[in-house]
Amino acid sequence: MERITSPEVLQKEIDVQTKALEDKLTGKNLKRAICVCAGTGCLANNSKAILEEIERLLKQKHLEDKVTINHVGCFGFCSQGPFVKIYPEGTLYHAVKLKDVAHIIEDDIIGGRVCEDLLYVDPSTHQKVAKQEDINFYKKQVRVALHGCATINPDLLEESLGYDGFKALKKVLTEMTPEEVIKEVTDSGLRGRGGGGFPTGRKWAFAASVKSDKKYVVCNGDEGDPGAFMDRSILEGNPFDVIEGMMIAGYAYGADEGYFYVRAEYPVAVERLQRAIEDMTKVGLLGDHILGTNFSFRAHLRLGAGAFVCGEETALLNSIEGQRGMPRPRPPFPAIKGLWGKPTCVNNVETLATVPYIIRVGAAEFAKMGTQKSKGTKVFALGGKINNVGLVEVPMGTTLRTLIYDIGGGIPGGKAFKAIQTGGPSGGCLTEKDLDTPIDYDSLLAKGSMMGSGGAIVMDEDNCMVDVAHFYMDFICNESCGKCSHCRIGTKRLFEMLTDVTEGRGSEKTLEDMEYLATVIKGGALCALGQTAANPILSTMANFPEEYKAHVVDKKCPAHVCKKLMAYVIDPNKCKKCSLCARNCPVSCISGVPGKEAYVIDQAKCIKCGTCMGGCRFGAISKE
Amino acid sequence: MKIRQEVRVGVESICDRYANEPSPLMMILSSIQKEYGYIPLEVQEIVSEKTGIPVAEIYGVVTFYSFFSLNPKGKYVIGICLGTACYVKNSQAIVDKFSALLGIKPGETTEDGLFTIEAVRCMGACALAPAMEVNGKVYPKVTPNQVEAIIKEYREKESEVK
Repeated sequence: MERITSPEVLQKEIDVQTKALEDKLTGKNLKRAICVCAGTGCLANNSKAILEEIERLLKQKHLEDKVTINHVGCFGFCSQGPFVKIYPEGTLYHAVKLKDVAHIIEDDIIGGRVCEDLLYVDPSTHQKVAKQEDINFYKKQVRVALHGCATINPDLLEESLGYDGFKALKKVLTEMTPEEVIKEVTDSGLRGRGGGGFPTGRKWAFAASVKSDKKYVVCNGDEGDPGAFMDRSILEGNPFDVIEGMMIAGYAYGADEGYFYVRAEYPVAVERLQRAIEDMTKVGLLGDHILGTNFSFRAHLRLGAGAFVCGEETALLNSIEGQRGMPRPRPPFPAIKGLWGKPTCVNNVETLATVPYIIRVGAAEFAKMGTQKSKGTKVFALGGKINNVGLVEVPMGTTLRTLIYDIGGGIPGGKAFKAIQTGGPSGGCLTEKDLDTPIDYDSLLAKGSMMGSGGAIVMDEDNCMVDVAHFYMDFICNESCGKCSHCRIGTKRLFEMLTDVTEGRGSEKTLEDMEYLATVIKGGALCALGQTAANPILSTMANFPEEYKAHVVDKKCPAHVCKKLMAYVIDPNKCKKCSLCARNCPVSCISGVPGKEAYVIDQAKCIKCGTCMGGCRFGAISKE
Repeated sequence: MKIRQEVRVGVESICDRYANEPSPLMMILSSIQKEYGYIPLEVQEIVSEKTGIPVAEIYGVVTFYSFFSLNPKGKYVIGICLGTACYVKNSQAIVDKFSALLGIKPGETTEDGLFTIEAVRCMGACALAPAMEVNGKVYPKVTPNQVEAIIKEYREKESEVK
């Protein structure tokens, strides 16, 4: 591509690429197009080998000139991956295996027949669904932050330009003053998508009001909430959108340099972002005098090194500065004194990815979506005990019921829904009675949880809520940076008390002490990690008091999860005396006589691994 | 421990690579970790000499981040996901099974230097929960019953090499 040195050259390039992409997806270029999902989930499910096999077969059949093939970002419907989509028909094949490739090439690409056996089958109607937009999972979704993901090739600047890329940048540089950009973003009602929900426009306005020779934009891609992968998928699917959002932020408050801070656990996102920055720099979309204006901007990439606390903005800044990722006291806020002491706005990946859309369609149009105080859409990573695990983007105000049942397809195995945890280790759980709550920042807070970055983990009747709280507390203890004593010591003590509860040493006094300590930590910790650390405990205690009581009074775990409070037992009437369990037992604690005596588990020696129950073919072993 | 000359040269060249970056310590340490698998004190001293950052500060950073390791890891690093989505689908049982069969706890390495068990926080393969990986190769929807076969797979690979 030639260098893009003026708004006119950019417009010309946008026109050319838009037509090229349109022709590719509609078949006007007289070619078929195959797109293979290359999000981390599908890659882990062999999608790279599938793409290579398609390439090999196309070559073997001399079809390279008649069919284009490339990878795309996340389709979102991760539990049904890997996906292969065929244009111009828009046929979507799901759960494709390597051995299916020849079938797709022979029947669909050469024969022009849809491979019926590779289509998604709607579990409620048992009908085969050929097109993505007809699948229930997609029907209530709106793709704003995920714009272009699963459509464009994330390695090609050309395809980004062909799919609305850099129209917003051109608009701000040629038609808008920085003040107008801030006003537009403020008017849109956009709030930070990383969890806190602070109004983005106001944050920018703070930074704009400070006079400084140097300002920075930092993009927070340190998505540490376990089970959340929104930011990763956006960076993998359309890195250009995020860079464009960052540049618009820079223009709005006078920053000329930006840093992406991305988890090192996201190698694919890092690679695609790095390539995008390099390619944009090559054509002059990053660098000095962008589009021939006085606006200059450079972008850099820094990697995290496995510390959850670095998702906290001031800890993140310390980490970029090569220090331990410990939070700084605020004020001063980063917008006044941030990276290397200069005014800095730290914005989340999803926030920045939403900015170009707002500029393109206007604040009023954007604000039509959502609730009164939470505008636009939000991406959620739906996981845990739910049929349709994946990435979904819905308008704010959508109810949890819609999210879990209409989009998520409900709970697998006919089990009962128990809770959904939003906001990760800083959030809380919501239960059956909250299912009709519209999802927005304020209503989730009012229910004792929080929006967080968008992780949404569903739990069913088999999950013990005390154990889940224990899991989060263990996580927080490991990730506490140690700077303030409330978090360093307090979370450790909480974890110990909770361990007592799960192991049968707790009493009702323990529960009272936990609740007291939780409020002390909440009030005294230095940063959000500590202040919210006790939330999973407080919210599970509030929603499941009877479950806690069972652990400390009856010394039982009703869900049979806490090992010290449950046992595996063999029903002598169902036992067929086959000896399989005894042979499988890793600690040889099951005794009996084959064919003669029913088998018995020695509870003193049993390590509660569950191997016996998994292996028994007669359903004779159960938990109690 | 004596540092071999080629390692010293390698570490120095990594430091040089980032000489023009502001606050390059994290980038230097990430590269060393990736290249050599761990960052012992002797290597931190070289970084200190090159960058002028006190060893105490470098040690503070190395021990803060879980990606940096002071000790070498096993030839096969078994990472079992303990992110929330995998945890609620019982990935703890996978960790326990590996621990029992290899006789080491998460974070430890077997005496023969072959295996390290790590509990990792979300690999982002939530649809494949419970998921694990061995040196980057992902195993989807793992059950405790598969664990023995996975260990065997790598033990056999080893004996073939020998």
